[in-house]
Amino acid sequence: MSRSAYETVKLARSGRRPTGLDFIQGVFSDFFELHGDRRCGDDGAVVGGLADLAGRSVTVIAIEKGHSLRERMLRSFGAPQPEGYRKALRLMKQAEKFHRPVICLVDTSGAYCGIGAEERGQGQAIAENLMEMMALRTPVISLLIGEGGSGGALALAVADRVWMLENAIYSVISPEGCASILWKDAKRAPEAAAQLKLTARDALAGGMIERIIPEEGLGKAEYYAALRQALNAELEGLLQLDTQSLLEARYQRFRRIGKEREA
Amino acid sequence: MPFLEFLFQPKNELEQGGRSAAPVQSDEREPEKTCPNCHNAIPLSRLWAGLNVCPCGYHFRMGVRARLRYLADKGTFRELFSEVRSGDPLGFPGYADKLETTRTSSREEEAVICGTAEIQWQKCCLFLMEPYFMMGSMGTAVGERITRLFEYALEHRLSVVGFTVSGGARMQEGLYSLMQMAKTSGAVKRHSDAGLFYLTVLTDPTTGGVTASFAMEGDIILAEPGATVGFAGARVIEQTTRKALPKGFQTAEFLLEHGFVDAIVPRSRQKALIARLLQMHAFEGGASA
Ligand SMILES: [Zn+2]
Repeated sequence: MSRSAYETVKLARSGRRPTGLDFIQGVFSDFFELHGDRRCGDDGAVVGGLADLAGRSVTVIAIEKGHSLRERMLRSFGAPQPEGYRKALRLMKQAEKFHRPVICLVDTSGAYCGIGAEERGQGQAIAENLMEMMALRTPVISLLIGEGGSGGALALAVADRVWMLENAIYSVISPEGCASILWKDAKRAPEAAAQLKLTARDALAGGMIERIIPEEGLGKAEYYAALRQALNAELEGLLQLDTQSLLEARYQRFRRIGKEREA
Repeated sequence: MPFLEFLFQPKNELEQGGRSAAPVQSDEREPEKTCPNCHNAIPLSRLWAGLNVCPCGYHFRMGVRARLRYLADKGTFRELFSEVRSGDPLGFPGYADKLETTRTSSREEEAVICGTAEIQWQKCCLFLMEPYFMMGSMGTAVGERITRLFEYALEHRLSVVGFTVSGGARMQEGLYSLMQMAKTSGAVKRHSDAGLFYLTVLTDPTTGGVTASFAMEGDIILAEPGATVGFAGARVIEQTTRKALPKGFQTAEFLLEHGFVDAIVPRSRQKALIARLLQMHAFEGGASA
């Protein structure tokens, strides 16, 4: 029994879903948070630091929406400011220096939309992440755990492997935004959601992601343990590659998307 | 850099001459365009002779072919990758028709044209985005053409000059469109890591996924006066924050003030400046390949 695309959108956005920090606590151990972008601030919507994954030191970076209303407001409901992207890049560069793999947990409706974010170069911050992640000399796995909203999500998902939870979504625009621009009617969002092909299954079929992580059938502890094991096994494989092959494969991973479409 | 100062001497935009972009209608009542800045009605022929810039300095939008005429040395532009066209990867309702009618009305196949050209004898790779093709939105064809251009430039050790104009991602292509941001950024990075020069000129409007990828990745970023440049749309920001936007928000001048562009350069001075910057970054033994 499959649900509609818009039902999946609602699930992906649900406040009862585990957030980035829940995954960090469940999958990793000994998390030590590192703050700040060393430029101008510390964005609460992006949480990053050092952690242990099945005995291996990794850098983990998550977009965090928060649970309580107060926390959600402090974290701008998981919409990163430029400082969030710059902090993420700082931690990735640090991971590169020490040959530590990077795991990104992505859950955002999109990059923060505001006057200050524009003044401090939201577009430039995202662009820099895309460019630098493409050449980061250490393995990167990105896991979309909820909403994968456009460029604001992609800025943490230029990776060697991109996985999605079963009920996560990944889209170039919100279904509401798409419906109101194309049809001047945000109420037609369910229709837009179906057309945008934003579910994990669509993303897998289109070659945008490598794997779907099922959400049901396991208890909480077993679930996180299985994910820990899967991430560890994947890192094992990626760490076998020499840097040149890793970077070439990452380049080609994105290079081929849209390549076949010519007259 | 004092030797560049001559480029910034004030000049009357209309004294450029000899570059009229279209045959002038000699009807008794010549068509006019009202300038949104000074509100004067400007005869179209006068506008075209002045690079589509009002005497008050307001820069009207400009299609790719008109831009090529003032930018590239006569007869030097060789278009590349024109065979790359967008498909309809999602089978999005209405998109195939929209592409067809846009191709007819704009007389372009896609929202960017790429090629090689000489700018005052400086050979380079050039891409120009087309405001009259779905407002320069980035789909797979735009991403693929730009990526190929950077790969070509890397292979031939050429600088890249790019004029951006874009409403953002082409939503009818869904994730295929979004991924072009990563793909183009990867190609820019490889070109950059090889020590090659990339110059962008942001024109009105440059927004969304193009701002958040190759538009902001230039070694030098120039902008046209008054151009709207930003990531999120101004109306969306206003609706989300329920705050009045500051005067001049998301203009080229606003970006200059906040440190995100190197200089604002009027159209009349672009060609000479770009040629000079290309010359300063010419790769020894490679730039004239
Ligand atoms: Zn005027």
